[in-house]
Amino acid sequence: MGRKEASMDLSQYQVGKSSKTVRVFIWIFMVVWACINLYPLYWMLTFSLKDNLQIWTTNKFGLPDPWVWGNYKEALDSGPIFKYFFNSILVALFTIALTLIAALMATYAISRIQWRFSKTVERIFMLGITIPIQASVVPVFVVLNKLEMLDSYQALVIPYAAFALAMAILICSGFMTEIPISLDEAAYIDGCGRAGVFFKVILPLMKPAMATASIYTFLQCWNELMFAQTFNTADKYMTLPVGIMQLTGTHTTNWGAVGAALSIATIPMVIIYVLLSRRIQDSFIAGAIKG
Amino acid sequence: MRVMTNRKNDWISIILFLLPALILFIGILVAPLIASGYFSFFEWKGFGDKTYIGLQNYKDLFDGTEVPFLLSAKNALLLALFSLIIQLPLSLGLALLLGKGVKGERFFLSVNFLPVLISSVVIGTLWKKIYYPTGGLLNSVLRALGILKKGQADILWLAESAINPQTGKRYSYILGAVFVPMIWQYVGYHMLLMYAGVKSVPPELREAAKIDGATDGQINRHIVLPSMKQIIKVCVIFSVTGSFKAYDLIAILATYKTRQAAVPSILLLDQTINWGKYGRGSAVAVLLIIMCFLAAIIISEVFKDREKV
Repeated sequence: MGRKEASMDLSQYQVGKSSKTVRVFIWIFMVVWACINLYPLYWMLTFSLKDNLQIWTTNKFGLPDPWVWGNYKEALDSGPIFKYFFNSILVALFTIALTLIAALMATYAISRIQWRFSKTVERIFMLGITIPIQASVVPVFVVLNKLEMLDSYQALVIPYAAFALAMAILICSGFMTEIPISLDEAAYIDGCGRAGVFFKVILPLMKPAMATASIYTFLQCWNELMFAQTFNTADKYMTLPVGIMQLTGTHTTNWGAVGAALSIATIPMVIIYVLLSRRIQDSFIAGAIKG
Repeated sequence: MRVMTNRKNDWISIILFLLPALILFIGILVAPLIASGYFSFFEWKGFGDKTYIGLQNYKDLFDGTEVPFLLSAKNALLLALFSLIIQLPLSLGLALLLGKGVKGERFFLSVNFLPVLISSVVIGTLWKKIYYPTGGLLNSVLRALGILKKGQADILWLAESAINPQTGKRYSYILGAVFVPMIWQYVGYHMLLMYAGVKSVPPELREAAKIDGATDGQINRHIVLPSMKQIIKVCVIFSVTGSFKAYDLIAILATYKTRQAAVPSILLLDQTINWGKYGRGSAVAVLLIIMCFLAAIIISEVFKDREKV
């Protein structure tokens, strides 16, 4: 069912016609709500280009005048924002890789090989969706501390992958059950083993599932704060949310630079969203439909 | 020749294929879950010896003199309640309107979902500035509208306890002030899920009802909403458990994290990382997990009963 919903046709259809006034009223409501959602972004971008006088007294709402590009330089000078960016990307990529490997293999064992407890195992994995990350934060912290693994990439990658796993299995099994079992049988007759079928038959057909699961996993770990804040507190391994939180907390003297730091952290995400909005939305829908 | 088939059980392949997922699942989810329960019966600094103290950690939490756990649980329930009566109806309204086909449907859908993708740190910092007492956006707007008059003191939105200099009365708006962005940020998320539900109703069904003379309201009530029951259940569960687990925005907006605006997640980390009380922090975690599971079970039951009627 997951797959069907994911690729569901969200295209427009028009049914009947409501009265004109109702439609105008609905449209105004939509515009107002859209403005509420867009305003923080507009406001952040404009105050990132203002000086303190403009921000707090003379020009709170309008476009910057003059445009203070120096804020961006100050933001970049105040801390290793690009380093944080790099860390976040690295953590996200490794998390996606680990999640996909574990999820694809597990899904294969659960949905392509017939055995007695496969359904039970799947159900147990699905409990992962309901277990909050708060359940793990203290024990995992203790273990990482003992192993001297705090402040490292794996301190985040492994927990992120573990918590992304359930959703990834859910998404993958939705796609995998749609692959005809006769393809497997044919490959077995050709002399393939389990591994051969997995790599030669299943994986090439799982690309859409991988894309959906990757997007979902990426968004889960990109903005994650609690683990990141608890496990990685050294600049060297700090991810973007924690880094930005630290930067904006320390130099509140120039709010323009704070705005610039926030904008630097946000703009790439917004661009990706503009380019891939449909796919991103579909991956959220696929993730929740069975959850 | 030995030919493998799908029917053949070979446990070695099954175990090998399950292994990476099992290691992650047991190592990071199951074992810590059990460990949290175990730690919660001890007094422990995170290293060295543990002292078994029975239910003392839980008694401390419910006693509330040292740790405002009951307040945090009340705040979490309040947030869940506001999410149910404000966030979800708003999401549902938007989903129904968008699903009916409004001009610029895709645009509105994408824009409304945008806050979900923006980092809570960014949203939290922006709202901090909105609530800033002097020159902050909210007080400025209130002044421009004349609600805050000249000579009247700025409202300290994020203060634990502030005094109004005119009346001498104490006030604290912090809880409401942190709830607003928390509820707002995820309206778009629930809207998207519900929109998918609305769109899964076959257009022919609507068309037929329309021809039979049904109004939009009747179509929504009798055709669209019943078919969305599953999605609405998921949204209610996510919204309630999400409220219980809330952390990011409060961690950013509330400076004194353990007082008025305390929530369980904040107490959990504060007790362990800042105060070195690993046992007590684990007890908070255990209670939080119980709250989430109970909520999920109760909500599922509520929706099941309706199915029978």
